[in-house]
Amino acid sequence: MPDKKLFGVTALFDSPDGILNAAKKIKEDGYKKYDFNTPYPIHGMDDVISSKPSKLGYITLFFGFSAAAFILSFMWWTLAISYPLVIGGKPYFPLPAFVPITFEFTVLLAVLSTVFGMIAVAFNLPYNSHPLLDTEYMRNVTSDKYGAVIEASDPQFEENKVKEYLKSLGGKSIELIYEPEELKLKVFEPRFLVFLTIVAVLSSAVTYISLNKLMYLPPFDFMLNQKKGSAQEESSFFADKHEMRKPPVGTVARGFLPYEFLGVADTNQFYGNPLLPTKKVLALGQEKFLTFCSPCHGNYGDGSSRLMGQFPPGPTLHSATVIGYSDGKIYNIITNGQNVMPSYAYQITREQRWAIINYIRVLQRSGNPKPSDFTAINKTDKESGNVQN
Amino acid sequence: MSKIESGYIKRELPKNIGNVGLVLLVVGIILSILAYLTDPARAAFAYLTAFIFLICVGLGSLFLVTLEYAAGAVWSVPFRRISEFFASSVPYFILLVIPLFFSMHNLFTWMNPEVVARDKVLQGRMVYLNVPFFVVRDTVIFLIWWLFYALLIKNSRKQDISADQNLTSRNIKLSMAFIPIFAFTISIISFDWMMSMTPKWFSTIFGVYLFAGSTWVALAVLTLVAVLLTENGYLSPKVKRDHYYSLGTLMLAFTVFWAYIAFAQYMLQWYGNLPEEIIYFIHRWAGGWKYVSLTLVIVHFIVPFLILLPRSSKTNPKILVFVSIWIIAAQYLDSYWLVMPDMVNNGFIYSFSWIDISFPIAVVGLVIVLFNSMVKKYNLIPLGDPKLQRSFDFQL
Repeated sequence: MPDKKLFGVTALFDSPDGILNAAKKIKEDGYKKYDFNTPYPIHGMDDVISSKPSKLGYITLFFGFSAAAFILSFMWWTLAISYPLVIGGKPYFPLPAFVPITFEFTVLLAVLSTVFGMIAVAFNLPYNSHPLLDTEYMRNVTSDKYGAVIEASDPQFEENKVKEYLKSLGGKSIELIYEPEELKLKVFEPRFLVFLTIVAVLSSAVTYISLNKLMYLPPFDFMLNQKKGSAQEESSFFADKHEMRKPPVGTVARGFLPYEFLGVADTNQFYGNPLLPTKKVLALGQEKFLTFCSPCHGNYGDGSSRLMGQFPPGPTLHSATVIGYSDGKIYNIITNGQNVMPSYAYQITREQRWAIINYIRVLQRSGNPKPSDFTAINKTDKESGNVQN
Repeated sequence: MSKIESGYIKRELPKNIGNVGLVLLVVGIILSILAYLTDPARAAFAYLTAFIFLICVGLGSLFLVTLEYAAGAVWSVPFRRISEFFASSVPYFILLVIPLFFSMHNLFTWMNPEVVARDKVLQGRMVYLNVPFFVVRDTVIFLIWWLFYALLIKNSRKQDISADQNLTSRNIKLSMAFIPIFAFTISIISFDWMMSMTPKWFSTIFGVYLFAGSTWVALAVLTLVAVLLTENGYLSPKVKRDHYYSLGTLMLAFTVFWAYIAFAQYMLQWYGNLPEEIIYFIHRWAGGWKYVSLTLVIVHFIVPFLILLPRSSKTNPKILVFVSIWIIAAQYLDSYWLVMPDMVNNGFIYSFSWIDISFPIAVVGLVIVLFNSMVKKYNLIPLGDPKLQRSFDFQL
């Protein structure tokens, strides 16, 4: 037969002992590329041929770890970064909740990669079949015979010598096995590609039509047009006739703390300001003071109202009384209002209130400076180089 | 019947092993008595930790013996005696539990009538959690274990001389009866002695958690001793790497099983976040316990898992010895983690104390002394077992 590449020479043996002895001999005689096929695992074969442990485990390990890393970062990105959702009051990245998914995905990919890796190694891809498959030899060793094969890639291989050699070991029905002849991949044949395109177009069309058209024939409808109540409507369903439901009594919003000094008569005893007068805090305080406080109390807190008498001017914040107020007292006034001043609890957040109080303290200090303040100012002015006087 | 060539020659263990065991036992007992005299409450908790560990080793070994019979396992026959010797502490449970019965008022809040009077839920649980019922059911459980141990071991030893195959089938029947009873009783013991320390907490998987740990540590002590004895020529020379590999695989399997159960318990309660459930884990996260809990995850799962994962380490005697010792220590840590944080329920404040070390010394001493005396009296290999020859022929 011309141009047929020889894969190897096979021989059949009748007993497990026969194949074990043959295996020992073949190994002793220095052959390197050989294999044995038996209907069931034969004890002792592993010791005789001392095959190297398979490398398949590393494929499994690699894909297992990759899967774990991928799915963890995927969940982190989708649920904590791209679209953060509070689920069950848990953090955005609740690791324990993600462990089962990570485990499942790790196992899935590890198993799939093992199966495909095994197929790739056994079939010697891109071949889609091992040369030994579909031969008389394979039919025998899968029923009641024990087979040995010496491959043509062995450095000692000589066709006739190996034939004689296997016969001398007691092998019967010596067979020559050739590599499969045509191995052109059928995937790239035009007929197949056309078929693939038609299937792709058809399945997309069917999916599109069934999901976007058939699903919305009456009685189905787009959610936009479905009957539903909107927020401010009167409800015919709920007893209180509100379409919009109220949270249960005692619900506290995330990140919100209720007013700390509720029901405390003398707020003057509270001093604690949770914010330190840093540059950032004072800038925030200044911004909010100029927005909400300065219309009545004046830009410097001296009571020079910007409202030109349209509204009773606010008192100065530089008076001894106000300087004597504790931070808690001022906080209470901003939150609850005093005299004609209304509550600012809804306009100014807790943090902004404490920042404003820090800024008011700065204003008060600038109204009653200490000698040390001047030396400090001169020092900073000299350093920054804009000495004015 | 022809005699099986096992290659086993009965020899006594080196003298220092018995001596070391005896010294540890005596020192441990003296320290434990001192502990009881100085701080009876603290000592009760430390004693319970050690007692739970001893139950894990003893009962887990008894379970391995019955598992071999029930599953018809062949490869493990040369190792069965080792598990039997480790199970020899089972008859002593009934004696060892007596000091714990006397310190129950220190261990359990539900013993305090004032606490119960304030709490409606606890009052409902008093049907189960009351001292007479508690003492009676636990005593009965220890007696049942003793009974099964005595019957199984008697048959097994008789077989050494008579080589009667009927004894094996009798033991198979006993094992079949024991395994469901074991599952039920180990759950009761774990509920009674550990879960009821946080009296309103409940976890139905808790018994399985203790089972996973106990089988794991029983496998570890078995592997440790089996490998050391084989390597030093005390066991049969026919024990091969294939036998080692099977032991290693089982240890790996139970490492993963424990992690699975522990995580299943944790995740459900963490997710539910119900006050009566999550309090158990809050106690194990408060203060320094956070680091113990995280260490447990690493020591009890990640490290043994990674060590045992490669095929080569399951057949390497040195690695097997190392990982067995590691597992024994990890299981003690688990036992410690189960018991100690619950001190806070009774108003005690936890801090590490020498008392924690005195009881494990006594337990290790006890196990060594019992094992050594068993080796003196009995064969290390069940010579009359009908499966023995097949187990020597065992191949992966």
